[in-house]
Amino acid sequence: MSALAHYFERAGIPTVVTSLVREHSERIRPPRTLWTSFELGRPLGAPGDAAFQRRVLLAALGLLEEVAGPVLADFSEDAPSAGANGAAGEDAWACPVRFPKPAASDPADLGAQVAQEVRSLAPWYERSRERRGGRTTVGLSGFAPEAIVELLAGYAERGEETSPRDGVAFSRILKHALDDLLAWYREAATAQPGATPSGRSLAAWFWGETRASRLFLAVRERGAASEDPAIRLVAKLLLVPRGASAWIEAE
Amino acid sequence: MARLSDLPGGMTEHLLKLPLPEFDVTAPVAGPPLAERRVAIVTSAGLMRRGEDAFAPGDADYRVIPGDVRGADLLMSHISVNYDRAGFVEDTNVVFPIDRLRELAEGGAIGSVADHHYSFMGATDPEKMALPAAEVSGHLQADRVDAVLLTPV
Repeated sequence: MSALAHYFERAGIPTVVTSLVREHSERIRPPRTLWTSFELGRPLGAPGDAAFQRRVLLAALGLLEEVAGPVLADFSEDAPSAGANGAAGEDAWACPVRFPKPAASDPADLGAQVAQEVRSLAPWYERSRERRGGRTTVGLSGFAPEAIVELLAGYAERGEETSPRDGVAFSRILKHALDDLLAWYREAATAQPGATPSGRSLAAWFWGETRASRLFLAVRERGAASEDPAIRLVAKLLLVPRGASAWIEAE
Repeated sequence: MARLSDLPGGMTEHLLKLPLPEFDVTAPVAGPPLAERRVAIVTSAGLMRRGEDAFAPGDADYRVIPGDVRGADLLMSHISVNYDRAGFVEDTNVVFPIDRLRELAEGGAIGSVADHHYSFMGATDPEKMALPAAEVSGHLQADRVDAVLLTPV
């Protein structure tokens, strides 16, 4: 991203970058950078807090006056809802549905177990969507969650790599199906108003407590052995977040 | 949170080992006072409008986001699974602060908001972005933009 700042500035357009990884900014040295201590994925720091976002924005835009650089300034505030260091368990969030801890799975009925989970969460997903005025971030795959579970379970169990859509690679279908199911779970789990949980809290819940995460792992295992390099890429790098093993093993 | 020492296991090492592009110093370009500037957002969050083509691994191209976009029409198709998206679910402004920019323009803190904004997908070789970035530079200049806010995730 900071590379883009070099490109635009060299074309004569003033830029400022909000940085979440100071070490990268120190090395790439874009002309003007405001480093913040916020969670990865939240460059403006605090969802739903317009006043906080405005302070970040004005601090960043204020750097545009600097004409000697590179400038790397630090924003003075931490995000308000993150708790100390934003660590898991420090926000008050809890998923509205409690699942039993995932047990060692029988791959043959994993799909049915996840389908049951989806039925339990469906009212919460709807409530979540209503609370956000109908907005949802689900929609890359074009499939309903039930169909996604069927597709993923079928792949995990039988390894069929036939794309259900003409002209669309199965690797792409698989990635979007995984992204959509995770987005659907994320929204269902955050149906209730209140402080937005940290990504780490949500990930600890998804990877530690849901059957869906076990289906993801089964897909990863199947995909990692695929002959299709695009499927192997999805399975090995674009499916399970780094650090998730701590939550997966915590069961 | 994004102090590297606070990240989940393996993430700190991953970020520190990422190959990064090398640039000579780029001199900051001067411009008018902030209250007269026209501001555009360029994010690398892989944003797209619902129905558009999602970003795929290795994509170095970009999507155009109209200035009057509704948050409900924005989807995130960044390929990474290593950052938070719950913030974006709750409030698109935490990644794409278009409402905040509109307010700043109404209040006179900035001159105006660009007609168009742009999204790349960050997990891409920056060298491959040079040509698409040159294209976007042309669009920004045609839109008389003289301040770009870059918001990586």
